[in-house]
Amino acid sequence: MRYEAPETLEAATALLAAEMGIARVLAGGTDLLVQMKTDMVDPALVVDLKRIGEMRTITKAVDGFHIGAAVSGAELKEQVELKQHWPGLVEAANLIGSTQIQGRATLGGNLCNASPAADSIPALIAANATVSIFGPKGRRQLAVEDVVLAPRKTALDKGEFVVSFHIPLRAKGMGDAYLRFIPRTEMDIAVVGAGIGLKTDPSGVITAARIGLGAVASRPLHVKAAGDALVGSKLDKAAVDKMVDAVRAACKPIDDKRGTIEFRIKVAGVIAARAAAIAYDRART
Amino acid sequence: MAKHHVSFTINGDPTEILCETHATLLDVLRDELELTGTKEGCSTGDCGACSVTVDGRLVCSCLMLGVEANGKAIGTVEGLAKGDKLHVLQEKFLEHHALQCGICTPGFLVASKALLEKNPDPTETEVRYWLAGNLCRCTGYDKIVRAVMDAATVMRGA
Amino acid sequence: MQETVKKLTPEPEYKIIGTRPQRPDGVDKVTGRARFGADHNLPGQLTGLVLRSPHPHANIRSIDVSAAMALPGVKAIVTRDDFKDQGSEFVPAGEMLINYRDVVRNVMARERALYEGHAVAAVAALSPSIAKAALKLIKVDYEILPHVLDVDEAMAPGAPILHPGMITAGMDPAPKRESNVAKRVEFALGDVAKGFAAADVIVERHFETKSVHQGYIEPHACLATVAEDGQADIWVSTQGHWIVRAHCARLLGMDISKIRVTATEIGGGFGGKTVVYLEPLALALSRKAGKPVKMTMSRDEVFRATGPTSGAKMRIKIGATKDGRIVACDGELKYLAGAFQGSPVAPGCMCAFAPYDVDHVKIVGYDVVSNRPKVAAYRAPGGPISGYAVESVIDELASKLKLDPIAFRLKNAARQGTKAAYGPKFGPVGLVESLQAAQSHDHWKAPLKVNQGRGIAAGFWFNIGGETTVSIALNEDGTLVLMAGTPDIGGLRASLCMMAAEELGIGMDAIRVTIADTQSLGYNFLTGGSRSTFSSGMGVVEASRSIVKQVCERAAKLWELPTDAIEYVDGSVRPAGANAGKHPPMTLKQVAAMAGKTGGPIVGSSSINAHGAAPSFGVHLCDVEVDPETGRTTIIRYTVIQDAGRAIHPAYVEGQYQGGAVQGIGWALNEEYVYGTDGKLQNAGFLDYRIPVASDLPMIDTVIVEVPNPAHPYGVRGIGETPIVPPMGAIANAITHATGLRFQSLPMSPPKVLAAIDAARAVGDVNFKLKVA
Repeated sequence: MRYEAPETLEAATALLAAEMGIARVLAGGTDLLVQMKTDMVDPALVVDLKRIGEMRTITKAVDGFHIGAAVSGAELKEQVELKQHWPGLVEAANLIGSTQIQGRATLGGNLCNASPAADSIPALIAANATVSIFGPKGRRQLAVEDVVLAPRKTALDKGEFVVSFHIPLRAKGMGDAYLRFIPRTEMDIAVVGAGIGLKTDPSGVITAARIGLGAVASRPLHVKAAGDALVGSKLDKAAVDKMVDAVRAACKPIDDKRGTIEFRIKVAGVIAARAAAIAYDRART
Repeated sequence: MAKHHVSFTINGDPTEILCETHATLLDVLRDELELTGTKEGCSTGDCGACSVTVDGRLVCSCLMLGVEANGKAIGTVEGLAKGDKLHVLQEKFLEHHALQCGICTPGFLVASKALLEKNPDPTETEVRYWLAGNLCRCTGYDKIVRAVMDAATVMRGA
Repeated sequence: MQETVKKLTPEPEYKIIGTRPQRPDGVDKVTGRARFGADHNLPGQLTGLVLRSPHPHANIRSIDVSAAMALPGVKAIVTRDDFKDQGSEFVPAGEMLINYRDVVRNVMARERALYEGHAVAAVAALSPSIAKAALKLIKVDYEILPHVLDVDEAMAPGAPILHPGMITAGMDPAPKRESNVAKRVEFALGDVAKGFAAADVIVERHFETKSVHQGYIEPHACLATVAEDGQADIWVSTQGHWIVRAHCARLLGMDISKIRVTATEIGGGFGGKTVVYLEPLALALSRKAGKPVKMTMSRDEVFRATGPTSGAKMRIKIGATKDGRIVACDGELKYLAGAFQGSPVAPGCMCAFAPYDVDHVKIVGYDVVSNRPKVAAYRAPGGPISGYAVESVIDELASKLKLDPIAFRLKNAARQGTKAAYGPKFGPVGLVESLQAAQSHDHWKAPLKVNQGRGIAAGFWFNIGGETTVSIALNEDGTLVLMAGTPDIGGLRASLCMMAAEELGIGMDAIRVTIADTQSLGYNFLTGGSRSTFSSGMGVVEASRSIVKQVCERAAKLWELPTDAIEYVDGSVRPAGANAGKHPPMTLKQVAAMAGKTGGPIVGSSSINAHGAAPSFGVHLCDVEVDPETGRTTIIRYTVIQDAGRAIHPAYVEGQYQGGAVQGIGWALNEEYVYGTDGKLQNAGFLDYRIPVASDLPMIDTVIVEVPNPAHPYGVRGIGETPIVPPMGAIANAITHATGLRFQSLPMSPPKVLAAIDAARAVGDVNFKLKVA
């Protein structure tokens, strides 16, 4: 196995594109090293992206936040402004693993590991995030919900990697939240996860809503119908029930060691409703 | 297999090693440097026994390649005591009998130190969540949490 | 802080017993100095790795190691051919028995691989990466056989047979047909039919528990070296190094005297490190390679290949009269042993009804093999499983009889003179006192909120004594060296040092305690059965008293007085009685300095088979809150009350109570071995084998009840195992009182609880009482 730590996007792409064997990018390594240890992958090349400046910085611009894909969860948590704008997203990112994992794990890694249960993805969907991808053909943007295609499979082509996330600024009347269900209080992979981003008008009526779900299908979902169910409401019971129905209808989970199909479908609705209540509160304050 | 020349500091001391690409920081600490205070409980980031700090950040040394440590400042349990003076956390772990077998203790100490540097006055809940990545199978955590809370009080000078 | 010690008898005037000094091995353990199993190395050592069966059940037609052996850097490979077959012979391993015929097959598969993870070959190579590469080059020709995992399926006619020709023992007449049922056991007292005839209320329920692992944080590890003359050394993380020595000598055909075993610091065991896995392989590899071999298991290997405890299916039936007297108990327990016989079903049967004084009891147990790793002891082996079922039925009976669950238990509690169904009459035991302490505890009276419930359960464990050697040497300067041979798994050195200091009337600082290797001390049975503080403690007291006696003799000689005219007080000797004041007192230090002139070195030793171990009863109180929409249970409050006989070091007694309770909480709520239909374990790691984390728990309150054990000089009872017996019952009962529903299957994980909640809602169950906010 070869290890490279390039300092530019171009150099990283060149290395990845030229490798004939299995190449992996390394950011926080909290998934990659486990996969290597358990013989799930035996890469010929590992490209450490942490020396590339753009990937390690968070900037706030007029169009929103640009979060480097290799920024760790612990660093993200310390960004007071980001937390004020998108508390749900920061909370989701901070649910990935333990304090120790937070010291290394990144948003880019959580996305590109392409697990249906990744905590940050539903929250990124709720926040309407896009990703900036760099590759042999240059840069392109993709909506976050379009990156993961299936377990361990992304829309990235050979030589491509995610450089940063773009998240719009939170306007007045917007709020987000992410909740997940796990059997313990920490250290588990989400059995279901729900991220909600809401926009309300001054009277409290929801004018837009985005709902992302994790661990209920072969990839994280953006459930448009669920968000639409809330629009026009003040999060009254009827609207929430409709949203919950839409959430459950979108779930196509599996039975596994972490939960049953019935449980996931049921609890996805419960968690989404609870997250919506938090997001609504945040939108109104 | 090509080895990498890696230099870093461990508990303040400059250190240079030759490191295989796939070796983790934990492998480097235990096998190359014979700093066996850092323990291996799972090697998949689930138990926290291998906790160290890297540039002040708490991480699992099993989930970091040795080559990534180049230029970093590594902190391990061996760096807690200064000369013959134990760190307050070490004293409090002894005073509260916060260990039984002791295999998880180095990880808990390193993690607790990182907590108190960031949050000198944590609530019990904050201590419990911060330490959720450190598994202990002997104590039920009760006395560990008490020791950390008490150490925090002493370190605040309260 | 809710930690109390209830002294029930007038306390003798102890200076050290009952205090909370720092442990002798403490500084080493907070500085990283302490060396555990994987922390030992020798120059030139090789790395040993094990090739494990990917199949749960397969004939091994052949093993071809030639390609692996040809890999540069590979120094030795061992397979079944390197271990002589063993006859069937049962020997004790902690509270369990093992059979060498099976041990040799478990450490290295012979005819068959019997579970996924079963060792098939082991390699020693210059580096871990070479060893890993070599494993991939070993060609094993497997003939895959159908597998069986479930206890009922394993017992059913037509099940895949693991051990051809195995006939169930303990049946009269013996069955004609082979089966996976290794053994039937039965314990009976009185006439259950007669008992049930007198009952006004009878509750009979079926229960299921899953295999759970001890979950020690330190994986198995050892370092072995065998010299050309056959002299061997092994450093190993074990609960019993004399046991390791015996097993290795047997499996490798070596003389016991050739093998020196040093017990390293041990990072948790809970019973799981009472047997051998890597040790014989490391020795065999080292013998073959002529170099030291170090072997360490990965966490994955620990889960797949080392002993969990049994999963079980059970039927429990208890009858009581209207006024709350239990009149009959009947039970049937079917325990999974894993691939080889030897589940803890017998102790499970013996413990089941032990907390209660009942005239008519019958319990039958079956020891059943299946394609799972062979079980090892896990803290009170067998007891928590049957205890969970029995305490659930007791709770339901109390509810049906409209009796307070503590009052009901008090009415039937085992006490001094009670004859247990498994044979003995109890001496002084502390169940009544523990129940009374529960009754008067704040916890029992604290208000509960909506969706919360409170449960209580009692538990019992026998505790054992056994073979023990202790040696104490008086140094030239009056300090002492204490050697014991029971590995210190959680504060033993502190307790032993305290007992010696108390006996000798000196400070603990003057005594250095070591866990000696097998070459430095006589035989010691292992640390298990909650025996070490009891047995090695007895040895320490005897050895200390021998020192006192010798010191008095030396003074007598010096002063030319009869020995009985000398007394030893607070670390000094002085003339007593008529001779009092004739000579100034001499300190231990002064006597030590003159030891050479007065007869030579002063060493006290004790080699005993410690008898008189006494059971410890405990009572747990637990409050839970159940989320009506997700089925998730949160432990809100937890109190452990248990009879310790006498707590030598109360902090470590509390630690045992708290740790056992939390292991039980994991067992109750989330821990289980999850298998796929392919017979492979799906959660062989701490990510999905969910042991409790710090944020899952409240503080665990404790009450140490002290009803001294008359057989021990300080009244000690073993206390380490009982704490894991009551939690599952207490939590199940708490969930019942929160939800109105009974759960008869562990773990009570959210999907299971939510399914029951939904079912209760669907049928309009009148007992159901959770409310959605």
